[in-house]
Amino acid sequence: MAAGNRPLSPHLQVYRPQITSVLSILHRISGAFLTLGIIALTYWFTSLAAGPAAYAIATQRLGSWPGKLLLFGWLLAFCYHLLNGLRHLVWDTGRGFEIEQVERSGWVVLISSAVLALLLSIALFASVSS
Amino acid sequence: MSLRSPLARVLGLGAAGDGSSHWWSQRISAVALTLLSLWFVISLAGLELSSEPAVSAWLATPLNTVLTVLLVSTLAYHSWLGVQVVVEDYVRGWMKIASLVTIQFLHFLLAALAVLAVLRVALGV
Repeated sequence: MAAGNRPLSPHLQVYRPQITSVLSILHRISGAFLTLGIIALTYWFTSLAAGPAAYAIATQRLGSWPGKLLLFGWLLAFCYHLLNGLRHLVWDTGRGFEIEQVERSGWVVLISSAVLALLLSIALFASVSS
Repeated sequence: MSLRSPLARVLGLGAAGDGSSHWWSQRISAVALTLLSLWFVISLAGLELSSEPAVSAWLATPLNTVLTVLLVSTLAYHSWLGVQVVVEDYVRGWMKIASLVTIQFLHFLLAALAVLAVLRVALGV
């Protein structure tokens, strides 16, 4: 049998999604999405260096509805990746591995990253429009 | 009986030859980014972002220039390390090598572009 044709054992899709596994893959997805955010950030700095006209175009693009949606997405991904990253750093010290602790810290990270993203977006979008 | 030589065991570099250095670099850059990115986002919230002179003046102060250069280079570094692991997990064969090289080039390019832009604003050139 060809190597590519072998029957495969069922993968992740046979499991009911759990807070642990969902947050784990979200860390990776948010990280990958934030990599795209670096491109936007670099564009923003480059436009600032290119002068007032280029900066005005950049702010206009980022301030448009699709731009704002993307910025909010990056802000949300940033808050989640930051807080879940801190959760990972705590794990790296060997602490917090009991299943109740992992589930509790997961919910704490999820809720606090949503709250933090909301607060930051209010502050940032207010400073754009003023 | 272990087949590993005493030298290999002492060096602790494992099969891939670089030990835990990738893991450590990822953690240390994460700690740096925790501080730098929070500082940056909070600073931005205090600025009038639609005003080019206001943002430029903020960026041009020595402390803000230095911290922003550190931020963009550490961001590129941490992102490079992270995407590297994602590629190693999902991509196989020659595509893996090609992706890893492309990702490295792109991240170095982004870091250079961002650092240059920040310095141009700071030095007014």
